[in-house]
Amino acid sequence: MTHWIVLPVVLPAVMAAFMIMVIRHHLDLQRIFSIIATAALVIIAGGLLNHAATGDVLVYELGDWPAPFGIVLVLDRLSAMMVMLTSVLALAVLVYAVGTGWDSRGRHFHALFQFQLMGILGAFLTGDAFNLFVFFEVLLIASYGLMIHGGGSTRLRAGIQYVVYNLLGSTLFLFALGTLYAVTGTLNMADMAERVAALPLEDTALIRVGAALLLVVFAVKAAVLPFHFWLPASYANAPGPVAALFAIMTKVGAYSILRMFTLVFGPDQAASAGLQSWLLPAALVTLAIGMVGILGSRQLSRLTAFAVIASMGTLLVAISLFTPESSAAALYYIAHSTFATALMFLIADMVIARRGDEIAVHRPMPQGGWIAALFFVGAIALVGMPPLSGFLGKLLVLDAVRGAPSTVAIWTVILATSLIGIVGFARSGSILFWKCHDPGIVTPPADEDELPDPIELARAERAMRAPSPMAFSAAFALLGLIVVLTVLSGPMMAYATATVDQLYAPTDYIDAVLRRTAP
Amino acid sequence: MELLLASAVGILTACGIYLVLRQRTFPVIIGVSLLTYAVNIFLFASGRVVMNMPPVLSDSAQGYTDPLPQALVLTAIVISFGMTAVVVMIALSAYLSARTDRIDMDDEAEGSAK
Repeated sequence: MTHWIVLPVVLPAVMAAFMIMVIRHHLDLQRIFSIIATAALVIIAGGLLNHAATGDVLVYELGDWPAPFGIVLVLDRLSAMMVMLTSVLALAVLVYAVGTGWDSRGRHFHALFQFQLMGILGAFLTGDAFNLFVFFEVLLIASYGLMIHGGGSTRLRAGIQYVVYNLLGSTLFLFALGTLYAVTGTLNMADMAERVAALPLEDTALIRVGAALLLVVFAVKAAVLPFHFWLPASYANAPGPVAALFAIMTKVGAYSILRMFTLVFGPDQAASAGLQSWLLPAALVTLAIGMVGILGSRQLSRLTAFAVIASMGTLLVAISLFTPESSAAALYYIAHSTFATALMFLIADMVIARRGDEIAVHRPMPQGGWIAALFFVGAIALVGMPPLSGFLGKLLVLDAVRGAPSTVAIWTVILATSLIGIVGFARSGSILFWKCHDPGIVTPPADEDELPDPIELARAERAMRAPSPMAFSAAFALLGLIVVLTVLSGPMMAYATATVDQLYAPTDYIDAVLRRTAP
Repeated sequence: MELLLASAVGILTACGIYLVLRQRTFPVIIGVSLLTYAVNIFLFASGRVVMNMPPVLSDSAQGYTDPLPQALVLTAIVISFGMTAVVVMIALSAYLSARTDRIDMDDEAEGSAK
């Protein structure tokens, strides 16, 4: 069991290298190996989750160097849950990408996909702040490749914006780490937590700066206002399955906030007190912007990107309160919003392949009924209407903020924006799926400039001719996961509550990492 | 020495931020590179500035300089080098396919620039 914890990092890394060096010209082999490796990841994640559920904090010392000197991987309930979430999502997305043939539109899709998984899983598992930076870079550099997969000038130009924005974020991350290292003399998170707590209050000015910079960096990753500008253009122009995988990438930012600001800069830490209060207003505005963006989008891909922003807003409202109840609600919402936004990206991709990105009246598309049903259920999940997990998640968030000083504001914003979101989804859904059946409406003749280029047209026709069972089964699997999340919300919340107990009593984590307890 | 290092970090950061806010990709890439140089120097200084001291244990040493920031800088240099290469390649292919190197995606502004 002790070596298992490093497998989620090693397996994708080896797989990716293997795919580039040995089977780079065999797409079929790449597909088989990629799906097998990702399925193996799900099994490994299941084993890790099973172990973490006992409440044991598992520490893996890389190179067998003891903790404050070497780099450690740490598995607690939170990491195990995020690893599970990532691998399940990755499997569904991969099946979709293979089913629709997205992976054949450029080279090295599967290798990049595996590197991306390596970065994401590593970021969830690491117990070292600088190592977190390195895994961020791994996942980012893979995501640059995936983002521009398939090419096209709009996508490439959106890619530059995405890369530059993230390079600036990485620079800021390094500044933050340098500052923290200068004060504490350590980069191990557990060790840093102890040293920050031991610092006298008058020496904490630099710590405060470092913590604030770190919060900004994670806010960039999590697309919190005012750092959300990169997201709509990037996600809307990324290939559909890639955007669906990116649904977990914003969660990496949320995870890092939750991790660093409970472990190192805990709520009762005097050194960083007051920083968290900045997060709540930002999260509320993010939520509002996201929902208004849903209402105002003229393209389906942008609508979905704004849905990501809205769900991050809701999630960060729950995180920003830093009470055990709200964090448990946040964990449930993380799982829900990952699956729901990923599902929406897949649906958007199906629609775009059949009739283009514009939310306007067209002739009915093939398999329109299935896609309309998926869109309907996905929209219900995303805006948080009963009976799906979005409703439960929002209910939990609303319930958790009761008694907080700003309850009225939070309730007002969440409920009002939900209404805006419902209107937005209803508008686009009815235009996309219903109005095309209205005999009174004549499709306007396509503008000469608006005509898609012949390659895109050929692709769309191919997609129409062959309804891919794999693509649909991936979408329905994600839908099934949302239903499972709804039905099993009881056990899920029990796990989330246990996770939060572990998060808010970090002594176990610190002792395990610094080997203070009996092995 | 401290003044020199601090002003180097400051000036590099200021130039970097100015260049990043430009509209064409080339100055932006240069700006990002300047920022990474600034952060590398900053990281180097985060282990305190010590002159002429060895970073590894030795019998004749009078004192030591912190070796960890040097390792961090090395990692940061490698990563930023790779990232710069990637961004140059993406920028180049975007320029070649779109025939413009403006970094914003405002199509109207692009039309007037032509």
